[in-house]
Amino acid sequence: MKLALGPLLYYWPRQSTLAFYADMAEAPVDIVYLGETVCSRRHELRLPDWLEVAEILAEAGKEVVLSSQVLVESESDLKTLRRIVANGRFRVEANDMGAVRLLSAADTQATNWVAGPTLNIFNPATLNLFAGLGATRWAAPPEMSREQIAALRAGLDAPMEVEVFAHGRLPLAYSARCFTARHFNLQKDTCEFRCLQFADGIALNTREGQPFLTLNGIQTQSAQVHTLLGDLPAVTADGLDILRISPQGEHTGGIIQLFRDALDGLATPAAALHSARPLLPAEPCNGFWHGRPGVEQLVTA
Amino acid sequence: MTPAHPIELVCPAGSLPALKTAVDNGADCVYLGFKDATNARNFSGLNFDDKAMAEGVRYAHERGRKVLLALNTYPQTDNWQRWTTAVDRAAACGLDAVIMADPGLMAYARRAHPKLRLHLSVQGSATSYDAINFYHEHFGISRAVLPRVLSLAQVEQVIANTPVEIEVFGFGGLCVMVEGRCALSAYATGESPNCNGACSPGKHVRWEQTPKGMEARLNGILIDRFADGERAGYPTLCKGRFEVNEETYYAIEEPTSLNTLELLPELAAAGVRAIKIEGRQRSPAYVAQVTRVWRAALDRLQREPAAFRVEPAWMAELNKVSEGQSHTLGAYYRPWK
Repeated sequence: MKLALGPLLYYWPRQSTLAFYADMAEAPVDIVYLGETVCSRRHELRLPDWLEVAEILAEAGKEVVLSSQVLVESESDLKTLRRIVANGRFRVEANDMGAVRLLSAADTQATNWVAGPTLNIFNPATLNLFAGLGATRWAAPPEMSREQIAALRAGLDAPMEVEVFAHGRLPLAYSARCFTARHFNLQKDTCEFRCLQFADGIALNTREGQPFLTLNGIQTQSAQVHTLLGDLPAVTADGLDILRISPQGEHTGGIIQLFRDALDGLATPAAALHSARPLLPAEPCNGFWHGRPGVEQLVTA
Repeated sequence: MTPAHPIELVCPAGSLPALKTAVDNGADCVYLGFKDATNARNFSGLNFDDKAMAEGVRYAHERGRKVLLALNTYPQTDNWQRWTTAVDRAAACGLDAVIMADPGLMAYARRAHPKLRLHLSVQGSATSYDAINFYHEHFGISRAVLPRVLSLAQVEQVIANTPVEIEVFGFGGLCVMVEGRCALSAYATGESPNCNGACSPGKHVRWEQTPKGMEARLNGILIDRFADGERAGYPTLCKGRFEVNEETYYAIEEPTSLNTLELLPELAAAGVRAIKIEGRQRSPAYVAQVTRVWRAALDRLQREPAAFRVEPAWMAELNKVSEGQSHTLGAYYRPWK
C-alpha cells in the first residue's frame, strides 16, 4: 500500500510552501501531487516553480504527479492546463473533462494519466472508458463508500491503480464565487489574497456554534477531518493501492508517519487514530467510507 | 441584428399538468424526468411514469414542441441497469433528446440508440470548450448546458470554439456551487444531487419553534433560525445563515433566484441557442407565469432586437415567484463572485 500526498488545497506564502515540500522530500510518502487546483488567482508558486519543486521531490525518490485545476473558466486557465499537459516529464492528474480531452489526445503515447477525484467516475462503464483513453490510476470521489469502490473495482476490464481519499478535510464543493473574499466584503477580482492568512481555511459554524464547513476561497470543505486511520484493517484488506493524505496547516508529517506505522504494523489503527487526535485541526469523521453522511464518525472495531 | 437562430425556451415540467401549461404558454421545449433517482429532481409526487410520458410527448408534438428527458444523475455499479433501462425507455417513447451527465451512460446511449439526440447536462460540470468538445468527440452530443459560473465573455469564448449548441440558465433557483461538483448535501445527509438526484432532501428537514425562533435543521444540523415575522425559507444548506469569525450572515448565498432577463440581447449576440428555466419541483402556476414572461421577452427580442428592453411588469411577475422574492445575475455579474 502506497501513501500519496494530495495537492495543497490552501494558499500558503511561498516560503512556507517551499519549506513544506522540502520536509515532504524526507517524509515516508511514495507519491506527491503538486500544483494549484483551487484558484487561478493564487500565484505564490507558478508552474515553473512547481516544476522545480517536482524535480527536488523526484530526486528524493517520490513519484510526482501534476494536478490540474478543478474549475476551468478562462482562456488563461486553459493555457495553464495545456502547459501542464505538455510538461513532458511528469504524470498529470486530470480534474476536469477538458484535461481529459487534452491528455487523451496528446500525441506522446507514453502519456498515462491519473483520473482525478472530481471527474465524477461512479461506475465501471465510465472508468473503463477512461482507461481506454489512457488513465492508469483512478482517485475515487471522496463521497464514495468502501462498498461502492469495491464494486466498481470488481467491474474493471483490466487492473488499474485505485486511490482513496484517506485523510484531510473533505473538498466538498467548488463555485465561481469566492467565499473568503465574500467574508471580507471584497470582490474576487480584488480579493487582496486573504487566503494567505488562513493555513487551514476559515471555520464556518452553525448558529449554535457547531463546526460545519471550512471556507477555502472558491472551495468549500468539511469542518471535520475525514480520516481512515482507524479503519485501516478494512482498507488494506480491500486491495486498494494508494491512500491519499491531504496537506493540513500543521503536523502533516506526523499524520503521514502515523499512517505509515499503522500500515507497517508498528501501531494498531486504533492507537494510530488516538495518537492523531492532537494533530488534527478539528474532530475526525469517516461517514462516507461507511456509506453514511460524510459528517458522521463511526466507531470502528 | 436578428440572431441567426431564434433562442429556444426550455421550460420545466414536474408533472403532466405542468407540461401542458408550459406548452400552452409558449415553451419551445419541455424537460422532465422519470419517477426515480435517474434525474436530479427526484422528489416524491414529482415526475413521469411511462403513461404520463407518452401523453406528454403526444401533447407537445401535436403542437410542434419538443420534449427533453433529464437522465442526468450518475449511476453506480449496483444500479447501472436502471439507468440504461431509462435510456431505452426514452428512445422508445419518441423523446426529442436526452440530457445526460455520465460518460459511460452516454457511450451506452450512442451504441444502443445511435439516432438518439444527446445533450450534456449541467451536472457534467463542463465549463470550457475543451471539456464540451470532449463529449462531442466521444459521444456526439448536440448541445451542452453550461454551469452557472461563467461571465458573458467566457460564454462567448466557449461558443466561438465549439460546434456544440450552448444552452444557459435564464431563471430559477440558483446553485451557487458548480453543478456536479457539490457534495455538501451528501456530507450532511448522505444524499447528493449527483447520485440520488436530491439536494437537502425534505425527509431530513425538521422545523422546530424554540424560544430563540423557528429553527430549520437538516439531519440535525442547524441551517437557519428565523425571528418572529421573518419569512422562513426552505433549509437548502448553502442558503442558510452561519457564523464565521463571530459574524452571522448568509456565508455562501442568500435565498435568491437567478434572473438574466436583462442580459437577453447579449446572450443572443453571443450565440446562445437555448435558455433554460429551472424549477421542475415548482407548481404549474409557477411554470405558467415564468414561461409567459420569457415567451414575451424572446418574441420581443426576435421582432425588434435593437429596441429590446425589459418591461417592469415582467420583472415584477418574475420576482413574485423568486426564492426570497429577490433575484441576481449570478456569475454574469462580476462583483457577485
